[in-house]
Amino acid sequence: MTDHTLPDNPARRDFLYLTTGAVAAVGAGVTGWSFIDTMNPAADTLALATTEVNISSIQPGQSVVVTWQGKPVFVRRRTPEEIKSAQDVNVSELRDPQTDAQRVQAGKEEWLVVVGICTHLGCVPLGAKPNEPKGEFGGWFCPCHGSVYDTAGRIRKGPAPTNLHVPPYNFTSDTVIKIG
Amino acid sequence: MANANREPFENKFVEWVDSRLPVFTMIQKEYGVFPTPKNFNYFWNFGALAMVMLVTMIASGVILAMHYTPNAALAFNSVERITRDVNYGWLLRYLHMNGASMFFIAVYIHIFRGLYYGSYKQPRELLWIFGIIIFLLMMATAFMGYTLPWSQMSGWGATVITSLFSAIPLVGEGLVTWLWGGFSVDNPTLNRFFALHYLLPFLICAVVGLHVWALHVVGSNNPTGIDPKGPQDTLPFNPYYTIKDMFGLSIFLIAYAFLIFYAPTLLTHQDHFVPFNPMVTPAHIVPEWYFLPFYAILRSITFDFTIYLIVAGAAGAVLIYNYCWRKTPCEKTKPFFPALIAVAVIFGIPAVLLAFFKDVEALKGIIGMIPFAGVHLIEAKLGGVLAMFGSILLLAVLPWLDRHPVRSGRYRPWYRVALIAFVASAVLLGYIGAKPAEQPFITIGQLATLYYFGFLLVIVPWLSHNEPVAVLPNSIHEAVLAEKK
Repeated sequence: MTDHTLPDNPARRDFLYLTTGAVAAVGAGVTGWSFIDTMNPAADTLALATTEVNISSIQPGQSVVVTWQGKPVFVRRRTPEEIKSAQDVNVSELRDPQTDAQRVQAGKEEWLVVVGICTHLGCVPLGAKPNEPKGEFGGWFCPCHGSVYDTAGRIRKGPAPTNLHVPPYNFTSDTVIKIG
Repeated sequence: MANANREPFENKFVEWVDSRLPVFTMIQKEYGVFPTPKNFNYFWNFGALAMVMLVTMIASGVILAMHYTPNAALAFNSVERITRDVNYGWLLRYLHMNGASMFFIAVYIHIFRGLYYGSYKQPRELLWIFGIIIFLLMMATAFMGYTLPWSQMSGWGATVITSLFSAIPLVGEGLVTWLWGGFSVDNPTLNRFFALHYLLPFLICAVVGLHVWALHVVGSNNPTGIDPKGPQDTLPFNPYYTIKDMFGLSIFLIAYAFLIFYAPTLLTHQDHFVPFNPMVTPAHIVPEWYFLPFYAILRSITFDFTIYLIVAGAAGAVLIYNYCWRKTPCEKTKPFFPALIAVAVIFGIPAVLLAFFKDVEALKGIIGMIPFAGVHLIEAKLGGVLAMFGSILLLAVLPWLDRHPVRSGRYRPWYRVALIAFVASAVLLGYIGAKPAEQPFITIGQLATLYYFGFLLVIVPWLSHNEPVAVLPNSIHEAVLAEKK
């Protein structure tokens, strides 16, 4: 009996216990990760990651709403006055300071492309349709908690912390934008 | 376990079971002869009422799940089909829908009972914490149930609430995508919310089991807050409190039945009957009534936590700790208090100007001169989320915030007044939560939020050391006799 109570080499026993425990913990962690990762977007959801928009029929002052990754995206053809008012803003006064040039593509200042989701709590701001209120800065107005965006989609008033998000996009031709 | 000192039952079948698994002994001990304080008032009904609602919700929910389809394209119509075509489907749906409200009514009154009569105090701290866990699980369950009809209110409510997590620095955006299973609230979101909505009630059952177990270890509190001292202070649970609970339940069920049969949609919103459209947000997104106070707290934090606010707040916190939390201020730090007060005032003025008076025209010149105005550690959105969760989590640590030796509000005239004002602030917040985010509602909501936290963090700790200790009756029996005269 006494032979079995104390191992010959306690350090060796401790090493075996610890390594066995460590392997079990890593195994449980890896298995657990697969459980967690199943809840991330699936391959078919990711496959819908780009959207093409034909912009040839949009007149100055008009905007269209398209769906990209299940979210609304505003594509707006801005009038010269709207562009000027966006460029004339003193950037240092903004909550999320960005110049108009940082929010549009060079040479394509007419086109503003922003994700139509308020950066506060995810509502769709009003202003894309002609009869909707555009807010006091001529851009968008979020009805949920009163955030006001300007003609560059920048936050000007209300609780939203950042400007409307500009998605990655490029002009595949003069009349087609590929978002994503 | 209890086999050794078990009394045999006369009925042969009962005895056969009980000698193998002593469930009848357990029921007899815990619900038959269980000694219960004899002075319960009707506030002590609401635990049992909440239990009845839990069972009702699970029973009606399991049946509804047999007819419901958790798919973004089919969910709305399957709920309409339940209401219109399924036999008694309308009844099941309205039982379940209004049942959530009745469950929250019962639980809110149950929580108030605990607050008023000091049921959270030693030795019932763990019992109280289990209660708060049940409350949090209920909120999660109710929120996910709210999304299942896939109406405008469902989809947009889910969007707003899940977007709260995007306020968490660094991991927020990834966390929200993970919650959604996509880039917006869509079919994967609905599917998992249905699975969790089905799962969580059973977790609630488990925690209710722990809650009741802990209750049966330490025993019930009572309106005097005095521990029972002997048989003259207690009554057997059955028949005295089984009957009293039945009577209370009858009244409660009448109210429930009134809602179901005469006003089934009284507590909900029209947008709950319009299919979800991810491209159009309804004009007013409002949560169900039972979430409104917390929603109002969320929206009250309209300001960033600037460096001024943080420094002034830290200096104020040290002072509050010394004068409210401690019995006497710490002697070692006392010499620094004048300096701390100066810091709190000097930093407090720009902090208040930046937080609340930014839009006042007359002050714009002064506010424009404040340096580092844009530097902040916590932005408004994260601040709101922290305040909302903090408002519930602080309740869990109430047993340690309140150190006053007297339990019951009946013998605590100061605490009683402060608590009634606390309840009033919560009700006021509920009203503000249903209003649009504009003045004067924003300021009223901010003041109510200030009192909500002031009660828990300043008033209750201060009362612990400063409210006079009343002379308590010697026993429950004596208190009951005194009332009779």
